[in-house]
Amino acid sequence: MKTILLSGNTALSYAVKQLDVDVISAYPITPQTTMVEKLSEYVANGELNAEFIPVESEHSALSSVLAASAAGARVFTSTSSQGLLLMHEIMFITAGLRLPVVMGIADRAVSAPINIWNDHSDIMAQRDTGWISFFAESAQESYDRTIQAYRIAEDENVHLPVNLNFDGFILTHTYEPVTPIEDELVLKYAPKKRRKLVLDPNNPMTFGGLGSPEYYFEAKYQAIKALENSLKTIIGADKEYAKISGRGYGLYNAYMTEDSDTILVSLGSIGGSIREIVRRMRRNGSKVGSLSLKLFRPFPAKELAEVLSKTKSIVVLDKASSPGAIGGPLFLEIQATLKSFDLNVPVIDIIAGLGGREIGPDDIRLMFNRGLKVASEKKVDRLLDYVGVYL
Amino acid sequence: MPYKTLKDLPLEEYFGPGHRLCQGCGAGIIARLVTKVAGANTIIVNATGCVEVSTTFYPDTAWGVPYIHVAFENSAAAASGIRAAYNAMVRKGIVDKNPNVIVLAGDGGTADIGMQALSGALERGDHILYICYDNEAYMNTGIQRSGATPYGAWTTTSPPGKLSPGQKTTKKDLIGIAVSHGIKYAATATVAYLLDAANKIEKALNTPGATFMHFLSPCTPGWRIDTANSIKVSRLAVQTALWPLYEVVDGEYITTVKVPKRLPVIEYLKAQGRFRHLVNKPEEVAKIQAYADKLAEKFGYGPISP
Ligand SMILES: Cc1ncc(C[n+]2csc(CCOP(=O)(O)OP(=O)(O)O)c2C)c(N)n1
Repeated sequence: MKTILLSGNTALSYAVKQLDVDVISAYPITPQTTMVEKLSEYVANGELNAEFIPVESEHSALSSVLAASAAGARVFTSTSSQGLLLMHEIMFITAGLRLPVVMGIADRAVSAPINIWNDHSDIMAQRDTGWISFFAESAQESYDRTIQAYRIAEDENVHLPVNLNFDGFILTHTYEPVTPIEDELVLKYAPKKRRKLVLDPNNPMTFGGLGSPEYYFEAKYQAIKALENSLKTIIGADKEYAKISGRGYGLYNAYMTEDSDTILVSLGSIGGSIREIVRRMRRNGSKVGSLSLKLFRPFPAKELAEVLSKTKSIVVLDKASSPGAIGGPLFLEIQATLKSFDLNVPVIDIIAGLGGREIGPDDIRLMFNRGLKVASEKKVDRLLDYVGVYL
Repeated sequence: MPYKTLKDLPLEEYFGPGHRLCQGCGAGIIARLVTKVAGANTIIVNATGCVEVSTTFYPDTAWGVPYIHVAFENSAAAASGIRAAYNAMVRKGIVDKNPNVIVLAGDGGTADIGMQALSGALERGDHILYICYDNEAYMNTGIQRSGATPYGAWTTTSPPGKLSPGQKTTKKDLIGIAVSHGIKYAATATVAYLLDAANKIEKALNTPGATFMHFLSPCTPGWRIDTANSIKVSRLAVQTALWPLYEVVDGEYITTVKVPKRLPVIEYLKAQGRFRHLVNKPEEVAKIQAYADKLAEKFGYGPISP
């Protein structure tokens, strides 16, 4: 198909239109707003045959698409920051009821102070809600993953909600050339089929009943296992997608990691900037590499361990904090991964970019230099540090 | 076709038996009646509360129609989602029939924590019937006051004491709130007047857009009444004009059950342990009587004749 100019927000909307979604419900919040506007436009002018519910809050947005999904409809919602926090309660319930809801998240800092710019505090606060969680680096990737998300969520072996994270403003509002795939191809790849377990008067069923101590654990265990096992489906869906589109993303983007002295691990749009700095530093002989994660839940620990085993030190870049913990949320995962796979690679954490604080080339160089120092000295002085904050 | 006698009610049952609600619980009677009148082509959305915990204890269910419970405060939003899903799926030929979508929520789930989602659904006019079964407190968590607890009532969080009469505020006017959204049909009901209730349920379901019903629902432990007396007490609520039965059609208030000779509120108060602390306080009883007198005037109930 022809390449068109789309922002992250409009790329997601475009995919949702092609996916023939039945029910959309969302509440506006910067920087997600233009996505909701585009979707209501598609519905208003008949380009998308769907119901758009203009709800009074994000809590109701997720509640209504959850129930629409239980009724058997294909659904979409999106939000950011405070809105995502308001959805927190219902996120657990969506996963617990095993409903294939898909949500776009324009990642943004959370109050207070109120701030509309990008970091990952909103999604990290949802870590344990039981959703599959993707991170994108570009508008094209946001578009492609949205299509994959429906195939994965609705797979009989998965039946779980999926969220697609794309950085507020950096991705949501930047227009890039995006090449969509043909409408028919989208629905062939992610076909709509009516699930068997739905709210249907021809086959009455009870959803959301009370799980006593005799049963709750089993239901929870099944949802946990489904999330773990979804990794296979996720990998398969990406491979199939690559066949029809020529584009696949895998679980991570590893750049110059093989012979590296240090690897900088990151999530989201910063990956591209980091790779650029890797290229520049490599020209000067610094053996640095970049590992940009595409999937945060399920956490592909084994696959990452393989990449990380080949370096001498690791720097984790966290765009979120876990106040009072020994490091940020991504750091804790990476450290646990190293320990679990008996890897003795020293690792440090850098928290940066909170509330949209710019992470510039020099900041990234500084992070790499910290890693190189750890690699040469073979010891960690400071486990956690903050880059870009004025003290 | 209006229901004229109990024999006109459908024989089919879509609720219970085998649920775990208390003997004499009003909400169980409401659930049974609502599903009877609505029939098989119905989806129930239930807020967290007594009905939910007592009817869906896994692996059992008391529901013969599709049922979903999501959370406490969002049943109106969930109902809107189901309606939207069916609207879209019927239009696209995925399913052939659009079912009734009915919410059952307690007074806590309606007047307090669920008010925002309810207001959203009513304002949008989504075609759902929202039924509040009002037992006048948070019963599931052990009888705490809500915004629908009547003045003077004892609850565990409105205990009467030297400085307090019990509940210090009067009930929220839920029908008034609902009607102010411009909905086409709203009505009160209670379990002592089943035919009145049945006809209102049917009317509500046949009215386009969002509709709202407010059911007074006796709770035997919460009101401290004998399990055999819940119907009697709910009848007293009507006969004292504390719970007038009426409907609001297109904004017009119409009394559906007339009470030519009213009973004094003391009859209602005396019948329940939750008012025991104030039945011997004439000034408190007078306040409640004045509240009933106002309602009686508004709905054309007759003078008190003991
Ligand atoms: C967000 C949230 N807050 C509090 C609760 C605890 N809770 C469960 S049921 C309930 C009271 C329900 O009261 P009401 O809506 O009047 O229904 P009833 O129990 O009387 O049937 C409360 C407070 C909850 N489940 N969810």
